[in-house]
Amino acid sequence: MVVGGGIAGIQASTDLADAGFYVYLVESSSAIGGVMAALDKTFPTNDCSI
Amino acid sequence: MKVAKQPRYVNEEKCTACGVCAIYCPVSVPDPYDENLSHRKAIHISYTQAAPSSYAVDPNNCLFLNRQECKQCTRTCQAEAIDFDQRPEILSYDVGALILSPGFSSFNPSRSGSYNYPDSPNIVTGKEFERICCASGPYVGKILRPSDLKRPDKIAIIQCVGSRDKTSGNPYCSSVCCKYAVKDAIVALEHEPDLDITIFFMDMRMYGKGFDVFHERAKAGGVKFVRSRVSNIKENPETRNLALKYAAEDGSLREDTYNLVVLANGLEAPQGNSTLALATGTRLNRYGFCETSLFSPLDTSREGIFVAGAFQGPKAIPDSVIQAGGSAASAAELLTSARGTLVTEKEFPEERTDPDESPKIGVFVCHCGKNIGGVVDVHEVKKYAETLPDVVTVEDNLYSCSQDTQVLIRDTIIEHKLNRIVVAACTPRTHEPLFQDTNREAGLNKCLVEMVNIRDQCSWVHMHEKDAATRKAKDLIRMAVAKASLIEPLPEPIVKVSPKGMIIGGGLSGMTAALSLARQGFECYLIERSLELGGNLRHTYFTLEGPDPQEYLDQFIREVRNHDNIHLFSDASIEKIEGFVGNFKTVLSFGDAENRKRVEIEHGIIIIATGAKPFEPDEYLYGSHEKVLIQQTLEKKLALQEIDAGTLNHIVMIQCVGSRDETHRYCSSICCGQAIKNALKIKELNPETEVTILYRDVMTYGFNEDFYDLARDKGVMFIRYEPDQRPRVEDLDGKLRLTVRSPLMKEDLVLDPDLLVLSTAMVPHENRTLVEQLAVPLSSDQFFLESHAQLKPVDSYVDGIYLCGMAQFPKPIDERIAQAKAAASKAAILLAKGYVKTEPIVSSCNTDKCIGCGLCEYFCPYSAIRITKMGKLKKAEVISAACKGCGVCASYCPTRAIDMGRFTDDQITAQIRAFGEKH
Ligand SMILES: Cc1cc2nc3c(=O)[nH]c(=O)nc-3n(C[C@H](O)[C@H](O)[C@H](O)COP(=O)(O)OP(=O)(O)OC[C@H]3O[C@@H](n4cnc5c(N)ncnc54)[C@H](O)[C@@H]3O)c2cc1C
Ligand code: SF4
Ligand code: SF4
Repeated sequence: MVVGGGIAGIQASTDLADAGFYVYLVESSSAIGGVMAALDKTFPTNDCSI
Repeated sequence: MKVAKQPRYVNEEKCTACGVCAIYCPVSVPDPYDENLSHRKAIHISYTQAAPSSYAVDPNNCLFLNRQECKQCTRTCQAEAIDFDQRPEILSYDVGALILSPGFSSFNPSRSGSYNYPDSPNIVTGKEFERICCASGPYVGKILRPSDLKRPDKIAIIQCVGSRDKTSGNPYCSSVCCKYAVKDAIVALEHEPDLDITIFFMDMRMYGKGFDVFHERAKAGGVKFVRSRVSNIKENPETRNLALKYAAEDGSLREDTYNLVVLANGLEAPQGNSTLALATGTRLNRYGFCETSLFSPLDTSREGIFVAGAFQGPKAIPDSVIQAGGSAASAAELLTSARGTLVTEKEFPEERTDPDESPKIGVFVCHCGKNIGGVVDVHEVKKYAETLPDVVTVEDNLYSCSQDTQVLIRDTIIEHKLNRIVVAACTPRTHEPLFQDTNREAGLNKCLVEMVNIRDQCSWVHMHEKDAATRKAKDLIRMAVAKASLIEPLPEPIVKVSPKGMIIGGGLSGMTAALSLARQGFECYLIERSLELGGNLRHTYFTLEGPDPQEYLDQFIREVRNHDNIHLFSDASIEKIEGFVGNFKTVLSFGDAENRKRVEIEHGIIIIATGAKPFEPDEYLYGSHEKVLIQQTLEKKLALQEIDAGTLNHIVMIQCVGSRDETHRYCSSICCGQAIKNALKIKELNPETEVTILYRDVMTYGFNEDFYDLARDKGVMFIRYEPDQRPRVEDLDGKLRLTVRSPLMKEDLVLDPDLLVLSTAMVPHENRTLVEQLAVPLSSDQFFLESHAQLKPVDSYVDGIYLCGMAQFPKPIDERIAQAKAAASKAAILLAKGYVKTEPIVSSCNTDKCIGCGLCEYFCPYSAIRITKMGKLKKAEVISAACKGCGVCASYCPTRAIDMGRFTDDQITAQIRAFGEKH
């Protein structure tokens, strides 16, 4: 189980799922993404954060 | 685990995210996603691409939930998704491991009374400014100030708000605000090139790979940097401009007026941290973040519970992603026996095949919020695309990558019986797999999608030439459509993966990666070129944080040597690496010169952990004066008592020797911490010894700021120098004399130290042969290059080859361990799966045309094509899994026997022809 669905929680969950484990991702707000989802562009690559 | 699930009052299965409910909902409230700078309805979705793509009712503001009236949403929702009967539920799960990643919360600047937040609308936080800059934000990407929605010509950004500040309760450094402030300044200038932007800071902490160059870029772009802590902000009640009072570095008091002030507020422990700690039985550290230790950065205080992301300590996205991979590996180590028992692979409908069908193309043009839509006239482009040959339908989408657009694309394919699609949006590098999956869900082969990038190469570069950008978008789409009518379904060959790993480098990172793979049940070969394991850690005798590195080193070495799954080759050199992802063959030689043995090993993946070494400078009398040392030597001499601190009157340390200058452009991230560590050690051994550190910016980020404070408390002197006024050292009859210009006092200081210690850069080893054998690219600073700095920080550009530790970039012990584990996590995914699907972009040879000349074999940089005997003739044969699709072979082939999947000569020619056509 992963508690918190920001970029860290999403990454941990996908790594574990890809590696063959069943994962529960628990997020307290109505959508995953955390702070990163509200950033405009992100350093150092300047990609849009979505 | 017991989880309390709050109702969203909307059935996720039924909600199509059409948004009709929100149109009719009468309650408008400030939108927290936009930092309350805009409004949303009580029924809402956080953002367009939100997952799950479903609305939710805000129980605090819903009229029905509070006053039993309204229910407009229920009446208007066609999907009947609204469900006010939902109740909170307590759900129970049995899990084998837990990862905590609740992130952080932002410091509320109203706690810094002198800054007038939030009373002055034109003082905004870092997150508010992110939203202001964002195309999908409150001002649709225009830089405006909240009070009057006018352009703020003069902007101040203030660093360390609620960080490095005991009065705010947060003495630590928040690690990311310097980086995001520089980003904000650069982004704001991209929007409005003539803005006047000043950043007020104490130290610019642009440590880490690729960051310091941005600092330089911002300076070159006209951003002003003022080293000062702003003491007070006052608003002019009429103009709502803001007067900043600050002391300049020379001590003079200044005042300056700005139209907008951005407070780069720091990161704090997330809300609810104590409840979470209590519920999980884990401990928090002194600042309310998760307690971890230097050598176990991913372990909480309770076994089986791990931590990732900013909850472990303030950190940027790349580090959060690395830690997440690392904690996934830790969990996987624990759960190895359960691997594969509860999961099934996603299945797609059978692919439609009708070879004789004529092309029916659908075009999807993306606005990407304002990223494309703000520059390119998407509606005009859409109309234009409808006129192109073979195009059956064209749609435009605000965000083509959102979940609801995937449904729309899928349904459009089915409805119009499309057999190819063109997505005009951003880069295929990040988004192509998404659209390929959508294609597959609609029963089309994944290769029947053509992406055209009208963002990076169009709207971004032609930001200020809207008409030209629109014309270019049309050209690009016409070309893509021409190519799309010739694209064909291609198979994805499956290649078996040999379930073993090879790790190059037996330092801390290499050993950690090997141990993680071994604990996850995979055999691995650990290759170390020297006789001993341990690398740089062997020369680390004490740590700032306390734990004894030698003790941990012994533990690591013991476990590595005793683990059945690890085959250690020391004193080893790699002679040859052949093969490709899943199927590498490496020839090694090892053992002493007389008895040197050779072996060939087979393995599915490679982890590069070759580390870095301290730079040996040829300045400051290093090498010619025995009292001039580098930090590593000082540490060793202190630890082995070869230096008696009691006899030393004065030690001077110089920072950034060979870092952040012409020799190496980057900040080496760890030298400031190391200098402070050694300074504190000297003070511990003899408090009377004077220690002076000459620095440019002190990079004690995160909780290490405490040690910077401690060093100052213990009397360590910090004197700053300007890069163009470096300290000068002379040898006066064997005695050292140092002269340094202090920007604070505006005069030369003369120091006569007994010992001069240089904090030199960490530089990559010269591994030219290895780099050639691996055929992986390096970054401009000569460290191994990761394939995406944020989202793929441990993948190299070659499939099946991963990077970690200082081979990727200098970093402290805890970050090295996290990255090594993250590399092991990625490698284990491949090893556990047992196969890889190779990308269909590989080359293929038409043996009828091939004359067996062998040019392709000679030129292929990846040994992915070879000449074999076919009957009596020689013909080229492609090893698909090794082919990277670079196309070198196809361009050399004299008979054009070679075609690249998805990039055939015909397709590219059609594209070029289309470019020349008139529109
Ligand atoms: C203004 C600003 C700009 C930034 N710009 C950049 C940048 O350009 N580049 C960069 O690399 N980094 C940047 N960062 C840093 C970046 O935001 C963080 O590195 C990243 O968001 C950390 O991810 P996380 O997953 O650890 O935490 P978060 O993003 O905070 O995610 C945590 C998630 O956990 C959920 N949660 C919390 N508690 C619980 C609980 N008890 N149960 C269930 N769920 C819970 C939260 O709702 C949230 O969704 C910036 C930060 C700020 C403040
Ligand atoms: S020094 Fe640290 S706390 Fe201050 S702004 Fe920079 S990163 Fe943030
Ligand atoms: S496309 Fe490149 S990698 Fe593939 S066979 Fe040709 S030259 Fe080699």
